[in-house]
Amino acid sequence: MTVTTPKFPTPNPLFPKRQQVVTREDWLMRILLGLGTLWLLVGVVLPLFPMIGRSFFDPNGNWIGLANYVKYLTTPSLVSAFFNSFFIGAMSMMIAVGLAFLYAYALTRTQMPGKLAFRVLGMLPLYIPPLAHAIGLIYLFGNKGLVTTGFLGVFPKWDIGLYGPVGIIIGEVLYCFPQALVIMITALSLTDARLYEAAEVLGSTPLKTFFTVTLPSVKYGLISALFVCFTLAFTDFGVPKVVGGNFNVLATDIYKQVIGQQNFSMGATVSVFLLVPTVIAFVVDRIIQRRQTALVSAKAVPLQPKSHPPLDWLMFGFCALVAGFTIAVLLVIIFASLVKVWPYDLTLGFKNYDFSTVGGGGYRAFWNSIRMSFYTAIVGTVAVFMGAYLVEKGRGMKWLRSANYFLSTLPLALPGLVLGLSYVFFFNNKIWWIPFTKIAIYNPFNGIYGTMAILVLCNVIHFYTVCFLTANTALKQIDPEFEAVSASMRVPFYKTFWRVTVPLSLPAILEIGIYYFVNAMITISAIVFLYPPSLPLAAVAIVNMDDAGDIAAAAAMSTLVVLTSIGVRILYWLFTRGLQQRSQAWLQR
Amino acid sequence: MNPSEQPALAVTSLQPATTPSRQTSAYGVVDGLAEPEPYLRIEDINKSFGNFVALKNIFLNVYPGEFVCLLGPSGCGKTTLLRIIAGLEEQTSGRVIQGGKNVSNLPPAQRDFGIVFQSYALFPNLTATQNVAYGLQNAKRPRAEIDRRVAELLETVGLTGMGQKYPSQMSGGQQQRVALARALALSPGLLLLDEPLSALDAQVRVKLRTEIASLQKRLGITTVMVTHDQAEALAMADRIVVMDKGYIAQVGAPRAVYQHPRNPFVANFIGVMNFLQGVVVAPDQVRCGNLVLLTPNNQAAVNQPVRIAIRPEDIRVLSVAEAQTHSQNVISAEVQSMEYMGTGYLVTCAPDGNAKDQITIDLSTFESGALGLEPGSTLRLYLPPDQVQVFAAE
Ligand SMILES: Nc1ncnc2c1ncn2[C@@H]1O[C@H](COP(=O)(O)OP(=O)(O)OP(=O)(O)O)[C@@H](O)[C@H]1O
Ligand SMILES: [Mg+2]
Repeated sequence: MTVTTPKFPTPNPLFPKRQQVVTREDWLMRILLGLGTLWLLVGVVLPLFPMIGRSFFDPNGNWIGLANYVKYLTTPSLVSAFFNSFFIGAMSMMIAVGLAFLYAYALTRTQMPGKLAFRVLGMLPLYIPPLAHAIGLIYLFGNKGLVTTGFLGVFPKWDIGLYGPVGIIIGEVLYCFPQALVIMITALSLTDARLYEAAEVLGSTPLKTFFTVTLPSVKYGLISALFVCFTLAFTDFGVPKVVGGNFNVLATDIYKQVIGQQNFSMGATVSVFLLVPTVIAFVVDRIIQRRQTALVSAKAVPLQPKSHPPLDWLMFGFCALVAGFTIAVLLVIIFASLVKVWPYDLTLGFKNYDFSTVGGGGYRAFWNSIRMSFYTAIVGTVAVFMGAYLVEKGRGMKWLRSANYFLSTLPLALPGLVLGLSYVFFFNNKIWWIPFTKIAIYNPFNGIYGTMAILVLCNVIHFYTVCFLTANTALKQIDPEFEAVSASMRVPFYKTFWRVTVPLSLPAILEIGIYYFVNAMITISAIVFLYPPSLPLAAVAIVNMDDAGDIAAAAAMSTLVVLTSIGVRILYWLFTRGLQQRSQAWLQR
Repeated sequence: MNPSEQPALAVTSLQPATTPSRQTSAYGVVDGLAEPEPYLRIEDINKSFGNFVALKNIFLNVYPGEFVCLLGPSGCGKTTLLRIIAGLEEQTSGRVIQGGKNVSNLPPAQRDFGIVFQSYALFPNLTATQNVAYGLQNAKRPRAEIDRRVAELLETVGLTGMGQKYPSQMSGGQQQRVALARALALSPGLLLLDEPLSALDAQVRVKLRTEIASLQKRLGITTVMVTHDQAEALAMADRIVVMDKGYIAQVGAPRAVYQHPRNPFVANFIGVMNFLQGVVVAPDQVRCGNLVLLTPNNQAAVNQPVRIAIRPEDIRVLSVAEAQTHSQNVISAEVQSMEYMGTGYLVTCAPDGNAKDQITIDLSTFESGALGLEPGSTLRLYLPPDQVQVFAAE
């Protein structure tokens, strides 16, 4: 059979000729998709321009070209921060991913006792702000810390030199570990027992099997975890702020430039140095992940780990150490928050929870944070799910859907500080000057500056990608013919969306809501430049209390935040269990 | 597959006897009788995905009340054609005319069809009743009417009393029936089925295919079904459309397609066919190896290389005595292997003086016992001249 070439012209990929009549429904979908793309454009891309643009101006608004960059690169104290950040990122990445890999391996591939408890404990740090980790570390290893003073004189003293790279790396490892753990557990769970049986039959030694079967099968997960951890540790602001001492990193430099010296131009310049490596990491990771093909076929047989007592107990010891440390940090925060005067008067009480004598906003900040997190969860979940639906299930408009998908994954590459600073530049101005012209336009979004709305918007965008991918995965599992069947019955897509798609995706939708709530509750980097004085926030309050030396109050506020996050998670768990029991009829047999 | 096992189809006035040339002479008058207007007309449909041509110059007419099967190997474009009929896929060029109306440019919601997918696509969070009522509710029919209609539909597909179950609580066959009831709910003019039975196990499959076919006749609904199972197509369809690599290889009633395949592809795809290489030596004679066979069905010119074809069940095995009385079209062959099939043997043998081609024949257990067959035995095979078909060699 010879290959016949089509006799019709190849269709224009950007504007394919539609033969079918465009219905009102199509228009609705197009408009929604257009709006969805527009808002991502405003939320993600446009704010970057004034920020990057600002790095070419001096503080008085005069164009100075690359002078800021030259100054940055020739000032040793500034440029050292770049290498410091790199160092922190690389070290934290290696330690966190190494620990997470072993921990996940123990959970998925051994018969270690207490797996369920270890799984829960391993995820615990997800609900603790990195800032709070740092506060906990101060109480353990700081000048008057438990370990430093030899448990207040009981044991020999041991000063690990917390303030500086050591403290930052420990804090970042605590922060990155659960994120890497989630990825590694997923990667290690997706495997085919038959591969291992084959290896065994072929007489492969366990070590050889590990290198020829296990490692290659988790390669992509491992790479992903490395990139995620590097980006988190490279860009984090909370930990270095609290335990960094004189060790400058990019994130704290941006804060100092903007808040301390009000030098927005230099702040923008440093931000570019923070942004470029994360964007590169993002792009490289995307390219690598694209090569991934499904290693696990639908017929894969799940692996049933065999009992192997020496290994199981070795792993138990390891996991107990890791989990024990994360709990120790959490417990010491709670303990310290209840102690009257650390370390002199260890009587317990709630004195530190009376925030009236310290700065930061006290309970007002706490309630504001809850409100903000709640709004973020609602707005974010609706936006993400509708966006993911239109991208995944939309008809036609291929290029617009691809553009929307790209914009939805982009926020992962934007460090919180950069996003926050961009928002300052973008939303604060009443008018925008179009570059190189004398034309200015009125900024229609200026109204939300300094309100709750911009905080919610910033949070929704900051955590958009993870939520989007969750929704996307859930939607991909729904039969693509539902839309076709509905159309054949002349039921409009939005009705089927509401009656079928949403109920079927409810677990994922709630998961997204929780993720938004918890992260909005504990985040600091994206909002530290944005919150107005009238709206103090809990996470910011922790920084301010720590700055002012009120560490006990900071510990108390951290405790409140952590308990709220964990409480919401437990509520969610109870709720979904109830839901599953009610809808068991169709959820699972 | 033996065609005589298939129920003979009553050719009613709605399903006029078809000839292979039907689709090109569809508007004309055949045998002096006015043809009924086709309900569905597919005119010169082409479809390409990028540079890949999935459908080429597809013409097809489907008559009112007719059951047409699109049959072909995987990837030949059956699903694509069905989806174009439904408007779920846009054709690159060509027209679809349904009920006298040009629907080529209409979106699915503005066409008139019910569809059943291989995956059933039942809404898992709705009960059987809610699934069937889905389109009726949207059409804002009164409650009582919906209830009546749903009960009626569930009865039609044999699911009375199962309405409150969720899809996950039903067997595959029951889910399939719900899907069918749902597709019929709005009384569409056209029923489209995409491999509706392929996810079921063999027994349920045979049972359901009979049921679907009789339901279709009872309702008189024009139906287009996609399948890659030739037995299914032969059993169910009024007419079969055999497709290959994006074009239509042959259209015709199951019997006609089986007995008179238009080319080797169709011959091979439907049923089993023996092929022998040869050269035309006279208008009605073909030489295969050193044997000259009578082939009255030959259309090829003298000296043209050809392949002659004959079905296993058409070959007769002759006793020594019978062989004396037949002077023509007898091949002697050596048994190479015998495959036990339950009802008999599938015997593969090599004709003398022709090493390249093999011949497969069907023998009942009784016959092969009577002949005392075993590998190595010699057989005399009679190829009835009328049953021998001649195709141009490729
Ligand atoms: N959306 C698409 N993009 C590109 N190629 C496609 C697309 N849909 C179908 N094709 C190609 O068109 C050809 C016909 O596909 P189609 O699904 O119609 O086959 P089919 O006859 O239904 O096969 P099967 O029996 O496997 O279902 C295949 O080669 C397929 O790869
Ligand atoms: Mg198909």
